[in-house]
Amino acid sequence: MDLNGLTLTEAKEGLLSKQFSSSELTKACLKRIKATDEKLHAFVTLTEAHALEDARHADELLSEGQDLPLLGIPFVIKDNFSTKGIQTTASSNVLRGYIPPFDATVVAKLKAAGMVMLGKTNMDAFAHGSSTETSDFGTTKNPWNTEFLPGGSSGGTAASVAADQTIAGIGSETAGSIRQPAGWCGIVGLKPTYGRVSRYGVVTMASSTDSPGPMTKRVEDSALVLNVLAGKDPHDGTSSPKPTKDYAANLKKSIKGKKIGISSKYLEGVEGDVVKAFNEAKKTFEKLGATVVDIASLGVDILDPKYSIGVYTILQRAEVSSNLARFDGIRFGQTRDAFGEEAKRRIMLGTYTLSAGYYDAYYKKALKVRTIIVSEFHKMFEKVDAFIAPTSPSTALPLGSSKNHPMFGEMADVLVEPSSIAGLPGINVPAGFSSKNLPIGLQIMGPQFAEDIILNLAHEFETNTEWHLQKPQL
Amino acid sequence: MKIDITHIAKLANLTLSKEEKERFSKQLDDTLTTIQQLNEVNTDNIEITSQVTGLENVLDDDIPQPSLQQKDALANAKSTKNGLFVVKAILEE
Repeated sequence: MDLNGLTLTEAKEGLLSKQFSSSELTKACLKRIKATDEKLHAFVTLTEAHALEDARHADELLSEGQDLPLLGIPFVIKDNFSTKGIQTTASSNVLRGYIPPFDATVVAKLKAAGMVMLGKTNMDAFAHGSSTETSDFGTTKNPWNTEFLPGGSSGGTAASVAADQTIAGIGSETAGSIRQPAGWCGIVGLKPTYGRVSRYGVVTMASSTDSPGPMTKRVEDSALVLNVLAGKDPHDGTSSPKPTKDYAANLKKSIKGKKIGISSKYLEGVEGDVVKAFNEAKKTFEKLGATVVDIASLGVDILDPKYSIGVYTILQRAEVSSNLARFDGIRFGQTRDAFGEEAKRRIMLGTYTLSAGYYDAYYKKALKVRTIIVSEFHKMFEKVDAFIAPTSPSTALPLGSSKNHPMFGEMADVLVEPSSIAGLPGINVPAGFSSKNLPIGLQIMGPQFAEDIILNLAHEFETNTEWHLQKPQL
Repeated sequence: MKIDITHIAKLANLTLSKEEKERFSKQLDDTLTTIQQLNEVNTDNIEITSQVTGLENVLDDDIPQPSLQQKDALANAKSTKNGLFVVKAILEE
């Protein structure tokens, strides 16, 4: 196998045992990018010269025997993370040409851990969408079939990781933007608990749910990256002071006796192939000694996830209208005329629902239903260790599907919205393929700050299935 | 429901074309109809949730630290003068 096909864990071992250098690894990734990105369009900005320089530096440190957690490992970073001296656009014309004077905390931490950044990946403009079709710089294609969408908003990172253009990647999720593209591209995507990873320097979408996280080829890779990213950041008042854990420590622990919840409400309107894969996943967990139980039988009632669409749409648009007010074209970026259609539409709805006379009917109502969703999850996790569901009601949809559907994203993300609204952690793992040979994702959700539990379940699932071993033919 | 698109666009500081106004008017109406389904959920006596972290009034120690240099802070501005951002006048003489 070419070096770019390695997992993070394999790449790290290879570098430490001097089987290859970071420069060789980085060049293999760059070669793959050049061979495939005309087709995929995963990147907004490729930083080849920087990457080669970082790799040379990493090789020096490796030869000195330094052991940083991600030393010499190539990464791709979603283009809404500020990168000092490197254009950061959030895939919007508003930020075309904007060069941040500082690094996002996530980027600063990855750099301190020794990563080699290959470039900045495409996304829905300002992360508004679940397809990358709202990007002002073109649509990313799904590596499994380039006639299909990669999902989004972190679609560039998902496609890049799935196509072995990189060893690992970084995405961000507000409600689905890590898990859904990970599901549609057949990779692992971890959305941490809200507040576990700093939002400082991330182009904001909805400040009350934005959560940066790893997108990788294996569960263990995500655990290693979370080890680097997690923690309180003085620059982000909403980052949690709760102590972090060693997220890689308990991956291989037996899951015997673990109680996993399911709900028929998460299967309504879900495609047949996806339901089939989900039922197989249940059996896999049972085979491993876990109990899979319908939460209704435990007396836990939950709202139909469809209500989360309303809550999320109101809260997200409201926060967007407020957050995007900062783009005035005076201090940085272009003027407000440069906003694309989707951003304008979202700003308009948010402004409306927050305006005098409508605040109570929409915004306040959504915040109250949010309370119900939070409390239902709380009650659920008193009875079960984790909750599983399909990540998305469908596999990847054809190119063009989001056009003229103002709520495309909300519908595609209906099964991830409730846990996002509640700020809970969730992870997507590959769980099968549809009749069209498109990946199917399974999501595992847990209580706040229980990343260790869902990573353990995800790892044991991965170890006992083979879906993650398949690669797209490009 | 009828949204006063021109008023909302003014509040949002957006300049919309006639076509955009027509299109958004229809789309926003549709979206509002979809989210009306929230009214099926009983929220009597339910408090609002604005944040899920449980953190309130997060304060920092007031210690001066190095921050952006003036030249870096101004580097992305289209128009600067004497080390300051140039903005439209908001007060007339």
